[in-house]
Amino acid sequence: MTFTFDGREIPFEPGQSVGAALLAAGVRSWRTTRVAARPRGLFCGIGVCFDCLVTIDGRANERACRIEAGTDMDVHAQEGTGRADLEV
Amino acid sequence: MPISRSDGSVPGTAATVLVVGAGPAGLAAAVAAGEIGVRVVLVDAEAVPGGQFWRHRRGGSVAAPLHHLAGEYRSLVGRLQSLRVDGLVEYLDRHQVWAVEPVDDGFAVWLSNRRGRTPVAAVRTAKRMVLAPGAYDLQVPFPGWDLPGVLTAGGAQALLKGHGVVAGRRVLVAGTGPFLLPVAAGLAGAGATVVGVHEAAGLIGSTRMPLAVAGHPSKAVEAAGYFATLRRHRVRYRTRSTVVAAHGGDVLDSVTVAPLDGGGRPRTDKATRLEVDTLAVGWGFVPQLELPLALGCATVPGPDGRPVIGVDDDQQTSVAGVFVAGEACGVGGAEKAAVEGRIAGVAAAATSPPAIPGRLAERRASLRRFAVAVARAYPVPDAWQHGLVDDTLVCRCEEVTVGTLRSAVESDRITDARAAKLRVRTGMGWCQGRVCGFATSCLTAAWAGVEPTFEAGTRPIAQPVSLGMVAEGLPPDSQ
Repeated sequence: MTFTFDGREIPFEPGQSVGAALLAAGVRSWRTTRVAARPRGLFCGIGVCFDCLVTIDGRANERACRIEAGTDMDVHAQEGTGRADLEV
Repeated sequence: MPISRSDGSVPGTAATVLVVGAGPAGLAAAVAAGEIGVRVVLVDAEAVPGGQFWRHRRGGSVAAPLHHLAGEYRSLVGRLQSLRVDGLVEYLDRHQVWAVEPVDDGFAVWLSNRRGRTPVAAVRTAKRMVLAPGAYDLQVPFPGWDLPGVLTAGGAQALLKGHGVVAGRRVLVAGTGPFLLPVAAGLAGAGATVVGVHEAAGLIGSTRMPLAVAGHPSKAVEAAGYFATLRRHRVRYRTRSTVVAAHGGDVLDSVTVAPLDGGGRPRTDKATRLEVDTLAVGWGFVPQLELPLALGCATVPGPDGRPVIGVDDDQQTSVAGVFVAGEACGVGGAEKAAVEGRIAGVAAAATSPPAIPGRLAERRASLRRFAVAVARAYPVPDAWQHGLVDDTLVCRCEEVTVGTLRSAVESDRITDARAAKLRVRTGMGWCQGRVCGFATSCLTAAWAGVEPTFEAGTRPIAQPVSLGMVAEGLPPDSQ
């Protein structure tokens, strides 16, 4: 089973999070920060720190450590606030 | 007015007990209450019950060597399943609580159902609540701690237990506390090269701990098992040593470690740089207090002196009908949490104060003494404060540096974390100070020349939610 990350196929096992699958595939960061544009990836790994924010199927600011990977998911690295249009 | 929910729930049919969290405390509480025969709702953010301690993948198992107390887990989950079949327990997995409030004759919790790809709002009500929200790793800043490759010790453990992923190839484990042992042993056992375990505590840790372990042979056996694993994999366990800095361009490539001198300062003359791709670091745990604080539950100093929720002999808080079990009323591990959860579940299910079996109360008292001994043996040393440089981040979310915070403290006479937050935005971002709260309190106080105060942060919204979900989930009286 795979999902795509910025166009690249990422394999995952059932029950794995998007973040765990990315790390297993050698991807260490998938976000840049708003102020200094520094790279971020997993830090707390359990949904507390919000460092691992990622865009999944068009939804920005999802926690990669908390979202279970699914086939056909379209995952993108996100820059800054991650949202061109605010969700309300 | 009646409100219907997109998941078909009917808020009007209240349960007797609503349990938040399906870790050792919450599972024990839900099972104990359900077995008394009252209706129970068990809410948990994960796809499978177990919390951090029994974290595992859906379809995976809870078993040694990664998991402890596996027999207790199997018993609790088996009984939970029977209670679900009997219609006594409704178990809501993948539901995050984002708000909780008192309503007529009880409490309501506002939930975000994350079972599908799009979050769906849900609400449940109950006469009484057992809150068992658990804890997360305590972190302190050091140069480079924001580099990808630096992980919390709990994060490395969650990757292994919950996802079958080894955090890195060459890993250093650092910080303080007994939790570093299972993290390092787990990584080594799963094939990582553990470059070393750097435990900041020293003789104090090794002399006080045996006294605490004396009454708890199972914990001594557990620790011995981890040390045996570390020896088998030739992992060096150093005491009175700490990580000073993490290095790399866009990703971690090395760390500097240094022994601590008698005053707890890193000895830079004896610092060593080690090549690693991953650092797993943790300094103990911070209890999650958002939900009990939102209900107005009073705090007391916990085993480490920082605030936890105060509870009576029945695990009831200062708010009638609200019970707390596990780390939120004192960080102390899974066995303590399970005993407290069982007591809380029985008490919350009862209409009159129940008799807590003496054996259970004694076990709880013993485990609480152990928690205090661990907290005393493994304090967070001040060493991290000496290694900071001006551009070290304090607040990762808002990217507030040590230099910015220090200038504000010195120019504006700020003395506590709350004032710092309003002035420079430390703790204002996504994580709401969960990660930087401890450090901001310590640094602000140190620079202002006062004793640090650790105020328990009140967060009316416990989890970020979309405005759409807030609108859909608005309490009946505001619609």
